[in-house]
Formats: sequence, structure tokens, C-alpha cells
Amino acid sequence: MTFISNLINGISLGSVYAIIALGYTMVYGIAKMLNFAHGDVIMIGAYMSFCATTYLHLPVPAAIFMAMCVCTILGIVIEGLAYKPLRRATSLAVLITAIGVSYFLQNIALIIWGSAPKTFSSVVPFGSLRLFGGELIITAESIVTVLANIVIMVGLAIFTKKSKMGKAMRAVSEDKDAAELMGINVNVTISVTFAIGSALAAIAGVLLCSAYPVLMPTTGAMPGIKAFTAAVFGGIGSIPGAMLGGILLGIIEIFSKSYISTQLSDAIVFGVLIVVLLVKPTGLLGKKIAEKV
Amino acid sequence: MKKLTKILSLTAAMAMAVSALAGCGAQKATETADTAAGTSAAVIKIGGIGPLTGPAAIYGNAAKTGAEIAVEEINALGGDIQFELQYEDDENDAEKAVNAYNKLKDWGMQVSLGCVTTKPCIAVSSEVFSDRIFALTPSASSTDVIEGKDNMFQMCFTDPNQGIASAEYIKSQNLGTKIGIIYNNSDAYSTGIYNKFVAEAQTQGLEIVSTQTFTDDSANDFSSQLNAVKAAGADLLYLPIYYTPASLILAQADKMQYAPKFFGVDGMDGILTLENFDTSLAEGVILLTPFAPDADDELTKKFVEAYKAKAGDVPNQFAADAYDCVYSIYEAIQKAGITADTSAADTCEALVATFTSPEFVYDGLTGTSVTWQTTGEVSKKPKGMVIENGVYVGMD
Amino acid sequence: MKKIRELNSFTRTNIACYGIVILAFVVLYPLQSAGLISHSISGQLVPICTYVVMAISLNLTVGFLGELSLGHAGFMSVGAFTGVITAISLAAAVPSPAIRLVIAIIVGGLFAGVAGLIIGIPVLRLKGDYLAIVTLAFGEIIKNIINCLYVGIDESGLHFSMKSDAALGLSDMGRVIMKGPQGAVGITKTATFLSGILLILFALFIVLNLVNSKTGRAVTAIRDNRIAAESVGIGITRYKLTAFIISAMLAGMAGALYAQNLSAVAATKFDFNTSILILVFVVLGGMGNIFGSIIAASLLYMLPELLRGLADYRMLIYAVILIFVMIATNGTRSKLIIAKIKSLFRFKKSPGEGAANI
Repeated sequence: MTFISNLINGISLGSVYAIIALGYTMVYGIAKMLNFAHGDVIMIGAYMSFCATTYLHLPVPAAIFMAMCVCTILGIVIEGLAYKPLRRATSLAVLITAIGVSYFLQNIALIIWGSAPKTFSSVVPFGSLRLFGGELIITAESIVTVLANIVIMVGLAIFTKKSKMGKAMRAVSEDKDAAELMGINVNVTISVTFAIGSALAAIAGVLLCSAYPVLMPTTGAMPGIKAFTAAVFGGIGSIPGAMLGGILLGIIEIFSKSYISTQLSDAIVFGVLIVVLLVKPTGLLGKKIAEKV
Repeated sequence: MKKLTKILSLTAAMAMAVSALAGCGAQKATETADTAAGTSAAVIKIGGIGPLTGPAAIYGNAAKTGAEIAVEEINALGGDIQFELQYEDDENDAEKAVNAYNKLKDWGMQVSLGCVTTKPCIAVSSEVFSDRIFALTPSASSTDVIEGKDNMFQMCFTDPNQGIASAEYIKSQNLGTKIGIIYNNSDAYSTGIYNKFVAEAQTQGLEIVSTQTFTDDSANDFSSQLNAVKAAGADLLYLPIYYTPASLILAQADKMQYAPKFFGVDGMDGILTLENFDTSLAEGVILLTPFAPDADDELTKKFVEAYKAKAGDVPNQFAADAYDCVYSIYEAIQKAGITADTSAADTCEALVATFTSPEFVYDGLTGTSVTWQTTGEVSKKPKGMVIENGVYVGMD
Repeated sequence: MKKIRELNSFTRTNIACYGIVILAFVVLYPLQSAGLISHSISGQLVPICTYVVMAISLNLTVGFLGELSLGHAGFMSVGAFTGVITAISLAAAVPSPAIRLVIAIIVGGLFAGVAGLIIGIPVLRLKGDYLAIVTLAFGEIIKNIINCLYVGIDESGLHFSMKSDAALGLSDMGRVIMKGPQGAVGITKTATFLSGILLILFALFIVLNLVNSKTGRAVTAIRDNRIAAESVGIGITRYKLTAFIISAMLAGMAGALYAQNLSAVAATKFDFNTSILILVFVVLGGMGNIFGSIIAASLLYMLPELLRGLADYRMLIYAVILIFVMIATNGTRSKLIIAKIKSLFRFKKSPGEGAANI
């Protein structure tokens, strides 16, 4: 029973990583950039939702909607101001700019909301699910997070496969120049990608803070890095890969804590990651890219 | 070399522009402090260092605000001794702390409040030692901070002191027989207390059934640690950690319906002040702390009010310790007859002599009849507190 | 004819790099000795030297080898702690602090080089972002392990433990060198500005010679076109590994110097953020541009210190400047403007600054 309990804990931790990783992987897949500020957009989303429920006393759906709107606008603004001028620059230049944006968001949150941590009230109105006479407890937050993951993943898959904008995104992802020649507005497509990625970040922020209810300006940083790891683990650019990578990372983390050592759990998680990447150098579900000669 | 020219010109120009601005800002701050000081131009300069940005910013900002309140109060008294306080950011990093310290030295710091957090404070303490500047840290609690430095003092308990006191308290109050521990093994404070606690628990005959750790990087999910502690049948969970992760542990333990006795140390203080925190989760939590923000005495009431007015929230122990630091320095300065003209080195020797003299007894927010040993360690009694109906209640 | 011009520009880069370092020393050293510069600046000199060496060494990996590394601080960490252990162990045997510092730096460099070898063999098989994430992972692993490590010394030698300082089983004469999360404490400060400058010159000597050697040309060839390089018989792995190990070694030496400048140093210092900080120096200075790395590391290190007066807005402004400078130096539109200005002044283009394709 402990094993199953640990497994469930792993899945619920992993589903939080997964939902953040989805945002990373989507932006990477289309704009080909590592958006290191994604974790901080999540933090902003969580603060927005916190303010809406605590100060404005809005109902939860309205609060989430507000957080999504703010994050969407934020995403578009960040993309337009910081990343767009660097469209033709090296990916490293964009990476450093993204880090600059990440510092910026963290520090602006510090100035607006202060350094004192805030307790986030869970947006999930149900209690935990108890099985086998209370021996196995599944929190409502983890059920909701897993469900949200599945919905978002399926939604994104349908969107990119079927809709016109989704097709444009895939075209931009394959070849920016060719897409442009085909009459696709690359700038708009990338902006939309950021808008969707940031709206997802708002949801991720709300779910992250519902599961682990502490909110600080640095709340998004570490989960962001872990989720980035998860995205690479699953094969960056692949939407199912992000989900798989996130959940596996969560399970590995919980299992190494439970069965090997809590002290060295970080080292073990990253160790497993390295081994996997050595065996499968493009991640679990990553596409093998043919080399251009 | 084209990039170089660009960067050189851009960065240098911006840096200069900004530092010019910075200069203006700093000057303004000095002016206001001077006007607050009234007509007497001579002020004693106190410098403090702490994390004002980054993940540990809460501790640095709390200490800064606490010290500011004390300085404002003292200056408002209009006596001969007027203070000017400057706090510098160290981002909880030893290297940045030394930079901040040098900056304060350039500013003309006469007395130092050390650093707020342990790791930077160890680095800065050897600087104040070689520069002969008196330092009293509000909250850097490792013994390495004060070891071998005669002019470095602490306002808080040392880590070993807390660990030993916790074990003794648990034994004497008979709080639990099977003890589980969760501590932060990437944090010097937490590990320091843990190590001493384990040693003392052995001599006291307490049984430790499970020891679990976490790091700053994985301070979100405690389910596997709590599962392990629960499976080991612990009836008391010892948490020598800060209140932010502690609040997560309480929430997660509640979700899995695990309700042992929770026992915290002074880092746990502040848990009730967390904005929006469901205090019912902390019901029955016992902690050793020198400061309770809802104590009835006049001093605490006045301080809490001033803090709320200034920072908008309830002060924690860091703020109270910093407040006490400034006041104890103030009293010692009065006693030693130090004026603003006394050099930093003379101030240092006089303050060391005063602080270590048996006649020097300080009564403040975090304790009464507080004295200091020659090692720099403070002697005050930790109070056992239990949280009942969302407020601290003294246990003895 | 073209060859001669190339050669000349190599020499020019060399002169510029050595020149600026020596100039900085000649100007600052007398001022520091005479106590004419503020404590604030004088205290930053050794850290700046450290970060300059870090930037030079990372430039070797990122700029010349063309591989993104996000775990460079890990090597710094290895060098720092092995250096500290060496220096403290030799405290009685070697009374001269200067010699002790040199030994610490050498040992730190060697251990970091070994770490570079261990990490390099598997890592260099990967490419691009996957390589980046594995270097990040290694950096985190090193941090996590050192965070749990307790090291002590007594007359019977060094003791190691992963549990606590009590578990080291030291005799009464012994002393604890590393205390887990608290890191190494009680370090005697032996680093000086002079030693920092000498280390930079050493790093420059190694890197500039390497870059202009057969190995260096092979490495650049691999960066620019791996398949073409392979097809002309360049042993990819060997050259990549050589460059990676040298880069790690120099980082280790910088780490050893860094630790000898502080009385306490902890593993958490050498985290992802520090790796990123160094990467920022390299990218801003221009990938493959050593001179740029030196300038960028010095200026960007001083920037947050200069901004101290802004209090709460300090890091915010720092972030804005970072973004602004990145866009100004790499943006499409700003590039055009700069090119125009440049054509007015007819700047000569120097080689080795072609941005790497990563």
C-alpha cells in the first residue's frame, strides 16, 4: 500500500511538473527558444489569482480567468518587446534575454507583493479521496491537475492538428522561412503561441499553488527548472513527451526520496535524467532530427 | 571587436547614469535621516546586511524593518545619541555580503548589525574581526559566526543551544516518545539544530524513529517524507526548519490525516503571520521561540503596531531580534559613553567590554535579563509556546 | 596575403587581451596598495578576476567548441572545495600563504579537470539543448553531493562523511573543514589581486594558444561544420574532450582562487544561477571573443554593486539593462543601425567573433 501511495504522490507531483512543461515545450516547439521566464509567468499567474480571490473576493472561475487574461497579455508583451527583436539572433542570445525577463518578473513581483510568502487557498473545492479505509489518500488537487493535464494535452493536440492557426504553428515549427513564403504570418503565429503558452502558465500557476500553497516571488523558479528538465526528458517540442516526462520525473523524485535517500534525491533525479538522455539522446518521445549537411 | 565597443559604451554609460541616480537617491535618504536626527549633526552610523531580494528576502526585509523602527524611536527621543541606519542587500550570498560590507565601510559604518542569515554572516564575521568593527547579528545562529571572534555577538540563540533545549524540553514535558524529524539538509541553520538535537536526544533517552530531509530545491512536496514518518509511527514530529516549508508540511499532513504533535524551533515563528494561512492547521503546534507577536506586554504591543504601520504585516522573530539589536547597542553605547566622534575601533573595544561585562543586562522584545558571554553567545531563555485558537500561549 | 592579415589580427587580439589585463593591474595595484580606492572596489577585485577566468574558460566551451553548458559553476565548485581542503590540510606543512594558494589552485584545477573528463565523455555525445540540460544536471548533482559532505582532518589524515561532523570521528586535534550545507568555514584568506591577475594571464595564455593551435583550429572546424570536419579526418571526440577538460580545469582554478578570497564558502553558491551569470558574461562579451569576455565579466560584475543605491529597484534595473543590452547587440534592427554607424568609421572586422551556431 505504501508503494501505491508513493506512486500516487509521484503522479500528482509529476502532473504539476507536466503542466508547466507543456508551456515550455510548446514555445520551444514553435519558436525554437528556451523560454526561461515561463516559471515566472506561472508565479505572476498565481499572484493574480491570489489577489482576485483574496482582495477582490471574486469567485474561483473568474479569478482563474482573470489570471489567464493577465498572463496572456503579459506573454504577448514579453514576446513583442524582448524576443521579437531577436528573431534572427542566435538561440543563446534569446536564452539570455529570457533569463533577463525572468529576473525582471521576479523583482517586479518582489516590489509589488513584497517578500513575505502568502498562503494560496486551493481552488479545488473538494476534499481528498479516501480508499481502503483511509489507507490510500488521493488529494483532490492531484486529481484535478491530472485531469487538467489530459484536457490541455488533448486540446493542444487537436488545436495544432485541426485548426488553421495550429497548422500555421506546425509550419512555422518545421521551417520559418518556408512558412513565410506560404503566406503564413510568422510574427502573429509566434505571438499566438506565446499567448497560449502564457494562458497555460496561469492555469499551471493556480494548480501548482493549490497543490503546494506557498506563494513567493521565487515560487516559479525551481518548479520551472524541474519542468524544463521534464520537458527535455520527454523530448522537448513534443506535447505528449512533456506530459510523460513530467509525470516520470515526479515519480522518480518521490521514489528516490522514499526508497533510496531523501538527502540525495535531487542528485538521483538528475542522475536518472542523464542516463536516459545518454541512452536516448533526444529524450523519450523526441523526434530524431536528420542532420543537415 | 565590434561587440566590445558596443557593450563597453552601452553598459558603461548606463551604469554611470544609474549610479549617478543612485547617488542622488542615497543622498536623499541621508538627508531625511539627518532631519529626523534634529539639529545634532553627529550621528552614529549603523550598517546592516541581509537578503533584501531573492528567495530569502523575507528574513532580510523583516530584520531591516525591525531595525528601522528601533532607530526611528531612538532618534525621536532626541537624546545625544542619534543613529543613522543603512541596510545593504546580500542576496543570501557570502560574496555579495562581503561586497555589501565593503560598501558600508566606505559609507563610514561605526557599528555593524552583521548579516541576517548564517552563511553570509560567517564570511562577514571574519571581516569585522580583522577590521575591528563591533557587530551584533540579529539572527545568524551558527556557532561558526562567533567562533574565535571577540567582537562578533549574536542576538539569537545558537543552533546547538536550540537543539539541546528542544530535546530537554520534549523530555521534561513528556511530549512524545517516538520522534520523527524532517529537516532541510541544504540549510546550515536546520542541519546545525538537527545535529545537536540528535546528540542530545540520545543522552536524554528519546527514541528517534525516522529522520527525513529535504532541500531548498525540493521544498514543495513532502508526501514521501510524511509517509515515512507516519509509517515509522512517530507521535511527535520535530521540525527544525523555517515556517514557509513548515506551513506546507502542516497542510500536507492534514490532507493525509496524520496528526502527530508538531514541535518547531524559532524559525517556525511567523507561521501565524503568513497571509491567508489557515491557522487551524497550526493548532497544537509547539515551538521554542523568544518572541511572540501577540504577547500582552506594552513593548511588544507597541512594536507590533509600529511594524504593521510600516510594513503592513505582523513582525516575526527576525524583526524583533533586529529591533533588540539596535536597542541593546543603544544601551551599551550610553553605558560606555560612546559618541559619534569615537572611532570605529575604539567603539568596538568599548562595546565589547560593555557587552561582556556582567553588569550589562538587557530587557527587550525577545527576552528579559539578556546577557552575553565572552564568546559572543547570548544567554536568554527560550519560551515554550503552543498555538491555541490561532494564538501563541506560553507553556510554562 | 590573406593569411598575413589573419595572423596579424590574431596577434592583435592577443595584444588587446594581455594589454587590458596588464593595464588594469598597473593602474589599480598601486592605487590599492596606497589605499586610494574605496573598500568597495578593492574588495571586488579578486571576485572580478575569478569571474573573468570563469568567462574565459566558458568561452572555450560555448564560443569555440559551440556547446552550450549550463553547469559551469559545478567545476568551479569542485575546484573551490578541493582547493580549500588542500589549503587547510597544508596549513602547517607550507607556511607561505602564496605557495599554499598556488598549490590549492593547481589541485583545484586538477580535480575539476578530472570532473570535466568524467562528465565530458558521456556529455559530448549529445547535442544542443540536450547537452545543455545534462550539464545543468551535473551541476545540480555536484551541488547536492557537496551539500551533504562533511570533511575533517586530524593527524591520521582526511576523514569524510555524508552524515554529520560528529560522524567524522576526528581526534581532539582534528578540525572540521567542510560542514555539509554550511560549506567550508575558517578559510585563511590568501587570495590577492596579484594572484588573480596572474591567474587571468595564465588562462589567457592557455586559451589563446589553444585557439591558435592545431587543436584550436580543429575545434573551430568542428563547431562550424561537424560533418565536414569529420570527413577531413578530425577526431571529433578527442578534440572536443580536450577543449572541455581545459575549460573545466580553468574553472576549477578560478573556483580555488574564489574560495581563498572568502572565509566561508558553501555549495549552494555554485548553483544554476551562477552558471547562468557566467554564461551571460560570455554571450554579452561575444561568443568566441575572449577580449569581450574580459570586459563583459568585469563590467557586469560591477553593475549590481554600482546600482546599490537604488535599493529595491536594483535587480529590476539590472534585469532591464540586461535585456536592453542583449537586444541592442543582437537585435535585427539595432544591428543594422550599428552596421551603418560602423561603416562611417570603417571599423576593421576581426575574426574569431563569428557567432557560433548552436
